[in-house]
Amino acid sequence: MQTETPQYAIETRNLSIFYGPFEAVKDVDLKIEKGKITAIIGPSGCGKSTLLRAFNRMNDFVPTSHVNGEILMHGINLYSKEIDPVEVRRRIGMVFQKPNPFPKSIYENIAWGARINGFKGNMDELVEQSLRGAALWDEVKDKLKESAYALSGGQQQRLCIARTIAIQPEIILMDEPASALDPISTLRIEELMQELKQNYTIIIVTHNMQQAARVSDFTAMMMLFGETRSGTVIEYDKTDIIFTRPGDKRTEDYVTGRFG
Amino acid sequence: MTTETQSLAPVPEQNSVPVSLRRKLRLGEGLLEAILFVVGFLTIFVTVSIVVVLGDQALLFFNDPQVGFREFFLTTQWQPSIGQFGIWALVSATLTTSAIAMLVALPLGLSSAIYLSEYASPRARSVLKPILEVLAGIPTVVYGYFALLFVTPLLRNLIGTENLGVYNMLSAGVVMGIMILPLIASMSEDALSAVPNSLREAAYAMGATPFEASIQVIVPAALSGIGAAIIVGLSRAVGETMIVAVASGATSKFTFNPLEAAETMTAHIARISGGDLSYNTIDYNSLFAIALVLFVVTLALNLFSQWIVSRFREQYE
Repeated sequence: MQTETPQYAIETRNLSIFYGPFEAVKDVDLKIEKGKITAIIGPSGCGKSTLLRAFNRMNDFVPTSHVNGEILMHGINLYSKEIDPVEVRRRIGMVFQKPNPFPKSIYENIAWGARINGFKGNMDELVEQSLRGAALWDEVKDKLKESAYALSGGQQQRLCIARTIAIQPEIILMDEPASALDPISTLRIEELMQELKQNYTIIIVTHNMQQAARVSDFTAMMMLFGETRSGTVIEYDKTDIIFTRPGDKRTEDYVTGRFG
Repeated sequence: MTTETQSLAPVPEQNSVPVSLRRKLRLGEGLLEAILFVVGFLTIFVTVSIVVVLGDQALLFFNDPQVGFREFFLTTQWQPSIGQFGIWALVSATLTTSAIAMLVALPLGLSSAIYLSEYASPRARSVLKPILEVLAGIPTVVYGYFALLFVTPLLRNLIGTENLGVYNMLSAGVVMGIMILPLIASMSEDALSAVPNSLREAAYAMGATPFEASIQVIVPAALSGIGAAIIVGLSRAVGETMIVAVASGATSKFTFNPLEAAETMTAHIARISGGDLSYNTIDYNSLFAIALVLFVVTLALNLFSQWIVSRFREQYE
């Protein structure tokens, strides 16, 4: 048993996310625990990805988006005026739904991020270490100079994880990281997540409830909210509780597949 | 279970409905294919014909006892009136003005393309891009007099009238650069916008600044399209006639000094063919030789830029 003083990697308070006048996500209060895997589940279009992208300010690129409430990391609101979104993204890495390696060599895919973030150490070592961390080293060590596009989809996704851990973020966001992959590649990503949580806090959005049940420690259940069509978190708890004795009837219906 | 599946998905009884898989005669398809083939063939035919005519007439020139290959390619004086046909006098002016034009158009065109594609808000882009494309529609004769009557006096004020004549390659080259700038900007912007958004997101999620993402990820990924823009721009510069005819002078001279006046290949062809020329004289035939060289220069520059671009290109899928 761990000591009961949970440490939060990131915390939202009254968080609402807007696209123009439309409130896509409404009143979310989440405390994401450090060193754990937190899954965000819920039906399509309920704002899971929007919420995830708010954490590293990727929604900034949607011109009409804005945020009410706070997202706190080390007690600092990531949306206050003096915060540099570039620095936020350096601390909070992201892995996307479709593998999106750069059209560069495998080596450069990892070295580039480290270089722009001012890495001055031994680059060869960092590349090896990151590829080992993403369980990809043995497969690519002889073809580091080849294009990342020569890799399979699953390998590309692990390369994307490798380049993310190369810049040593505190938190890694994963937006359905295995939904474009076959079952074996999916399994490898899930195993990798278990290893990564020794050093990183992971937040994963997934459509796949078995995946959420398998990999996560905590689960946040999101749902659309009545007339306004805004998404919100209706229940947030330890994953085994969400999947065995949820407090909300809608969560129970959803996780048991009875959702209409 | 099995009976239920069968009843749910009834298989049509065989032979009850005659299913025809026979080939149908589709007249429209065949006709369209024929038309497309003829049109496609015509384009190639016209191009080949031009090259054949050029080569054929140029041969008359080279077979003339007054000139030879050696004189044509190895001397640097072009004075048809006294029988001097050294092509380098014209080539040097074409290369100089084109180089100045690219020096102006490439950095400015690429910068505005990057601004439009990566920095500008959708509203700013929707206003600026059409304006840019209007610039590309200005007739080149207007640009020519813009060079002669506005840019040249301006440059003469800056550099000094004793250093820069009324006719000079610098002014013509700069204005030619302004002329091809919208072309390069617009084509490059298309190439940059075509880079998948997932690459942009990947770069930003790594903590890249907009500048790092643009220069180190998006521009390299768009390089084949940007290369096409450079090639089209360069071809227009080499082939441009009106601006150089108006602003860079009508005396052929072998020089790479932009402050001097010199006549380009295109300007020379335009000037000479405007006057009285009788068929199959040496002056007349020399025009075809110049045109052939122009064709080869353009082709060589295109191949060269293609080679440069292919060395730095990064392909996504």
